[in-house]
Amino acid sequence: MPIKFPFTRRRDTPQDAWTKCPACESQIFNKQLERNVRVCPTCGHHFRMSIGERIDLLLDDRSFQEHDAGLSSGDPLAFHDQKPYPDRLEAARVKTGLREAAVWGIGAIEGRRVAICLFDFRFMGGSMGSVVGEKVARCFETALAERIPAIVVSSSGGARMQEGTLSLLQLAKTTAPLMRMDEAGIPFISVLTDPTTGGVLASFASLGDVIVAEPRALIGFAGARVASGTIGEDLPAGFQTAEFLLEHGFVDMVVARSELRSMLARILRVVPVAAVEQDDAEARPWGPIGVLSGLAERLGGAVSETIGIDTEPARTGGNGAVDSREKVREAGEER
Amino acid sequence: MSDVLAPAAHTFPADPPDAAAVEEAWRRVQLARHANRPRTLDLASRMFEGFIELRGDRAFRDDPAIAGGPALLNGKPVMVIGHQKGNDTESNILRNFGSPHPDGFRKAQRLMVLADKLRMPLVTLLDTAGAFPGPAAEERGQAEAIASSIKLMTGLQVPIVVVIVGEGGSGGALAIGVGDEVLALENAVYSVISPEGCASILWRAPEKAPEAAAAMRMTAADQLALGVIDGIIEEPEEGAHTDHAATAASIKKAVVAALGRISRLQTEELLATRYARLRGIGLVHETEDESIRLEEASLRRRIGRLLRLPGAPRRPRWSEIWPSGDDGTDSEGGA
Repeated sequence: MPIKFPFTRRRDTPQDAWTKCPACESQIFNKQLERNVRVCPTCGHHFRMSIGERIDLLLDDRSFQEHDAGLSSGDPLAFHDQKPYPDRLEAARVKTGLREAAVWGIGAIEGRRVAICLFDFRFMGGSMGSVVGEKVARCFETALAERIPAIVVSSSGGARMQEGTLSLLQLAKTTAPLMRMDEAGIPFISVLTDPTTGGVLASFASLGDVIVAEPRALIGFAGARVASGTIGEDLPAGFQTAEFLLEHGFVDMVVARSELRSMLARILRVVPVAAVEQDDAEARPWGPIGVLSGLAERLGGAVSETIGIDTEPARTGGNGAVDSREKVREAGEER
Repeated sequence: MSDVLAPAAHTFPADPPDAAAVEEAWRRVQLARHANRPRTLDLASRMFEGFIELRGDRAFRDDPAIAGGPALLNGKPVMVIGHQKGNDTESNILRNFGSPHPDGFRKAQRLMVLADKLRMPLVTLLDTAGAFPGPAAEERGQAEAIASSIKLMTGLQVPIVVVIVGEGGSGGALAIGVGDEVLALENAVYSVISPEGCASILWRAPEKAPEAAAAMRMTAADQLALGVIDGIIEEPEEGAHTDHAATAASIKKAVVAALGRISRLQTEELLATRYARLRGIGLVHETEDESIRLEEASLRRRIGRLLRLPGAPRRPRWSEIWPSGDDGTDSEGGA
């Protein structure tokens, strides 16, 4: 009898099965599909990837170390639709071998260390609840503290309905660290894959310093059916694709999957972490530890529990929002 | 294991909401959407002195679904920004029923930057079913506009008081809803997706909207219990639509009190507290880090292979730990 291990998943389909390409309808041998990084050899359709495949595709061999693997969701609303939320979570865990819809950790791309967070759409539509938001935020805060670039590879339907407004507020929770990364000079590269919609697109995913999308990925704020229903007419051709966003100025480039790793490496070479001025380095109080331990002092430890940091008061001052006014103005001027 | 729900831990009953709870939630939704509810411009003229509406995003057009401008609150300058619904069919068409396009959020950002420049506290009034999901909105970057607005608010160096006066509809509400204190009128609602949208995705039946409303805990009282809002402002007995003047007076009193509390904070402290507030939102279970290392995974794999099918151990890959499986569309979570 085969033994089931946690985090490994039995394949229900035989390894030598064929897959039909939804775009060109050609039959692809599964092993060929895997060798071709899940891109149809006939028409170039990009199939969705698991987090494991993404890590193998993008990061240096054996460089990835997962962080915060022990985070898991609760049921803050006691949410019931036709199925209780915990049952849906359990089904998603069994289906994917993941504990949540996102994984984050530290790895390297051609020798350059990065903090990277990856989404799997098969886990409840890649939706962002408290835990996914926490992982994205910790990814950014670690990038800030260690002064390494951050990368998020998104694939998500949006905020997770089952956690209500707590999910909605994850938009702000994941976006707030980006303001600090602006001030500290830490780059964030957002990779949009099929599909990236709703609350994930309406927060950090749209705010990359460089935004890269995979060919023909569905990327949009509202589902196409909603948009069509709202206006009661047909939508323009190619609506909400990566190429549509490129044309309208919301992504920097559309990059085929086979080129993605080398393109990220190229970007990292020319968009590096800002150099820190010598006399400035000590004084810079940004970074989750400095900021939040200052807060932890004030808020009697509640914060440190929330984010699991050391409560030792590190630096005084807590928050170094000294020159953010300039940044705020710049952000406004972009409009 | 440490469970942290910040700031106010609260447990909802495990059973699905009963008929009475469903009816009560739906009654609040109806009141929040009442045609005669006071709108931003009604409130601005009653709560403040000398309000001047400023228009246009300086990029594309003026979006009438958002209104705002400077005013005096008890003689002190503040910036007011709110969603603007109409009072009848004609004005609702003009105002797009209070659902902003990206231009509306960019106008809001422009006014926020002005508030920051002139050190004016910001008061926002939320009342929208959501950001407009049409093709024109997508073309001009609805998601980017919301994301940028949220990011800007996380770093504004002035106190922000948010009042949910009617519908707090998802990202379109949060785009002007990041604050140091978030208050709600008694019959206001706040949700990650409209109850109709939630019902059509999770129940596959839009007529289950009342059930969805109850499940999402979207009433002001439930939002207070979840710690998403900080206080509730009482309405006149039959609801805010019966007495605009009294409602405006109650909101004014609450906003003045809130600004009094926040204004005591120094800028650094203000921003650190705002960050911590956002950072702490959500329920996250944290267990010991159980992250997988490839070496262990390799061992697992070898044993697994040994017990199932003897074979030569290969170099382990992350794609074997988290492989891809069926690509089944799974929209049970995102919004």
